[in-house]
Amino acid sequence: MNGLFTSRLVGRFIAPAMAACVALSVAAPEALAQQEGRRRRGGAQEAKPIELTPDQVGQLTRIANDRRLNVDDLLAAAKTFMPSGRHDEYVLFSSGGQSGQVFAIGVPSMRLLRSIAVFTPESWQGYGFAGDEDPVHKSLEINGKPVLWGDTHHPALSETKGEYDGEWLFIGDKANARVAVIDLRDWETKQIVKNPLTISDHGAAFVTPNTEYVVEGGQYATVLGYGYASPEQYKELYRGMVTLWKFDRARGRIDESQSFALELPPYWQDLADAGKNASDGYIFINSFNSEMATGGVEMGNPPFEAGASKRDMDYLHIIDWRKAEAAFKAGKAKQINGFPVLMLDTLIADGIMYFAPEPKSPHGVDVTPNGQFIVVAGKLDPHVTVYSIDKIKAAIAAGSTGKTDEYGVPVLDFDAVVEAQVELGLGPLHTQFDDKGYAYTSLFLDSAVARWTLGGEYAKLNPEQPWKLVTKTPVHYNIGHLCAAEGDTTTPDGLYLISMSKWSVDRFLTTGPLLPQNFQLLDIAGTGTAMPVIYDMPLGVGEPHYAQMIKADKLKSWKVYPEIGWNPHTQKLDPRAPKKGQEGVTRDGNNVLVKMTAVRSHFFPEHVEVNEGDRVTWRITAIESAQDATHGFCIGGYNINLSLEPGEFIEFTFVADRAGTYPFYCTEFCSALHLEMMGYFHVKPKSLGSAERE
Amino acid sequence: MAGILHTLIGPRVPLEELRARRWRYLTPTVFFMVARVLLLASIYFPYWHMELDAPQYPDGLFLTAYVNHLTGDVREIDGLNHYIGMRPLGEAAAFERAVAVWAIIAMFLLVEGAAFVHSRWAVLLAIPALTFPIAFLVDLYLWMRTFGLSLDPNAPLSAAVKPFVPTVLGEGGIGQFKTYAELGTGYWMAVACAALTVVGFFFHRRAYKPLFDRNRRASTARGASA
Repeated sequence: MNGLFTSRLVGRFIAPAMAACVALSVAAPEALAQQEGRRRRGGAQEAKPIELTPDQVGQLTRIANDRRLNVDDLLAAAKTFMPSGRHDEYVLFSSGGQSGQVFAIGVPSMRLLRSIAVFTPESWQGYGFAGDEDPVHKSLEINGKPVLWGDTHHPALSETKGEYDGEWLFIGDKANARVAVIDLRDWETKQIVKNPLTISDHGAAFVTPNTEYVVEGGQYATVLGYGYASPEQYKELYRGMVTLWKFDRARGRIDESQSFALELPPYWQDLADAGKNASDGYIFINSFNSEMATGGVEMGNPPFEAGASKRDMDYLHIIDWRKAEAAFKAGKAKQINGFPVLMLDTLIADGIMYFAPEPKSPHGVDVTPNGQFIVVAGKLDPHVTVYSIDKIKAAIAAGSTGKTDEYGVPVLDFDAVVEAQVELGLGPLHTQFDDKGYAYTSLFLDSAVARWTLGGEYAKLNPEQPWKLVTKTPVHYNIGHLCAAEGDTTTPDGLYLISMSKWSVDRFLTTGPLLPQNFQLLDIAGTGTAMPVIYDMPLGVGEPHYAQMIKADKLKSWKVYPEIGWNPHTQKLDPRAPKKGQEGVTRDGNNVLVKMTAVRSHFFPEHVEVNEGDRVTWRITAIESAQDATHGFCIGGYNINLSLEPGEFIEFTFVADRAGTYPFYCTEFCSALHLEMMGYFHVKPKSLGSAERE
Repeated sequence: MAGILHTLIGPRVPLEELRARRWRYLTPTVFFMVARVLLLASIYFPYWHMELDAPQYPDGLFLTAYVNHLTGDVREIDGLNHYIGMRPLGEAAAFERAVAVWAIIAMFLLVEGAAFVHSRWAVLLAIPALTFPIAFLVDLYLWMRTFGLSLDPNAPLSAAVKPFVPTVLGEGGIGQFKTYAELGTGYWMAVACAALTVVGFFFHRRAYKPLFDRNRRASTARGASA
């Protein structure tokens, strides 16, 4: 061998080659990740600009005439029609009213995408049908009593710097004063907290600009902590409240130990909003019945509707939540029913709360995107009254006006804090905003949406004079809330607006005496008087209240659970989840453990045998990772139905207290052999005697 | 013994000669080196892809074969295959996948060895690397054929889908699926390795054959004079 040649060869070629190999083996996984990049053969078809031929124009005209459509109708259809496979630009998360659910609706197509079960058991999602010890049932109990419905009113998307971040959704239950937390990765309810102070609420939920707190405002005053007092003791013992639920984003849960409430006078607190930008740090809450009427129409008293509307003015509550937080952390709260409450005297002494007079019995309070103005809609007064945060701050700084309410809360001068009043029409309720310096207010009695101009820095964004009504678009009918695209954030998009009309009367085919709601889509992209209704969506599943509309691409939803054996309650892989090959039925005394897997198209095992009276713990893992390969699992007669989404693990427990042979089957049409995806649950009767039962 | 070894590995290059015509001797070495580095690196690149398209899978299903493992929608494809009674893909070519990396390292070393053998026998060392791409395809075909033809007759869809030979390359179809199979980067690296090795042998022959022949003539002459 030639020594020199060999050593040179090693030095010059082999060693670098080896180095290259090492480098490649390090770099290759990255390269390979790109290599595996999935290229689709077909690919989406590009939309080409269209040009109608005379023949097509003829066809279109004929269809329009046959169907009695005018040009505006054709334009509306073109603005809202979604070809198959095309996705909506926005998702509307709507409260579901008495259904206790949340509805997700695509905008502008106005197609119902799905419901999210929250306060009411819902069988499609398997929500509340997982055996005797279903945690959903536990979460729905109030004072030990299952309360299996809710009246969802106001959804609130989590925010970062006053913008929707698409991570979490909160919603309040007016009937039972509860707040739910929904995870928008899997669109499932993760937590329900019951307010320990009050039975019903209204101003829930809304969030502070970085979702530090989920705020729940009360409505009908009661004795805090579910106490009893007769109506004669109303002024002394009945109280309103607002609760600040601390949201722990890392855990995805409300942290009840860091949450607290504020005692409020027994006015009926109504809608609420958090300040942002200029008004960051404040919470604004409307109120009515500052008359403290106690009704009793049966005793010859004026009914609530009259008694609570007697005075000309009620109070806008202005609360400095950072000061309240400091007082809570300083230990100034008093425990009521085990929950910390900052009492009125603390609120007054620490300058936490001020009142500003507002025209009587207003409804919505909405803060403009820059935080500068607070818009109070008159309800019984045809105006919106606009407060300036600068003026409010100046009035507070200027010191006492010498005026307080009956409970000693300082009252600011109306003229010192009001920026403008704009007459819009009858029954103004709620306000949303756009990017062109317009505000939009629902007019319940007029059945219209009013577009009006904001002042201040907004004045230059449109040609009209500030603080003026621009136009009204009729809606059908009795509009409650309205919702514009990201219309309550710091940067509204100014594209679409939904009129959540309470009555539909003649808009749809008659559906018996109970009629659907009418969600009407308005195109607000234009200026001036251009604001047409372009779609009517009947919603016959509950009476929604508020909704929020988020840009669809902000949502980072999972397509399937991240791993097989995923527990949606913990959002982690569950070590208890049976893997393929670990299935079986084991017994420990009267406790039977079933470990099952579900995969297209069979359950494993297919026969489960227990004795009457056994306590059965049943674990199922859906061994699926294809999108939409969902299975169901039901046992008829046992009130059990689960939704097993791809990768999901569920454990449920029940007592097999009814003997017999029960077919169980997959309740979600999963495959061509879906009907074959079944098995038998055999419950051997006690009468058989122990020998036969073994 | 030394004589046979000498005949097998061929003559060494005299230092003077090497200095005089460095590139003549380096060229085959360089080709072999690039070839075997490509082969070794191909472990990290896919050898074969299949895309399966069906209406209910708008994003398609993908299968990617490396020399030593399968990736992609293996679980989903296995799940679907069970309806027609096809065995799980993981059971195919288990031995081949287990030894593939060692086999490639062995081929790497053999091609490296070929650079040091300056006789025609060098070709023998390179034969595994030269035939590897063909062997891979033949093996893939045989496994697909075996799997396609040995469907479980008791499978749910055995009446609808009869035993078949899946398409190894190009467009095929099974049930509602259209399949598209093609070779991957790793495979083309192995092909490039074989091609570069062949070119390397051209230069190998040009460099060492004259030396070999001269030596042989010299030894024949020595033998004759003896």
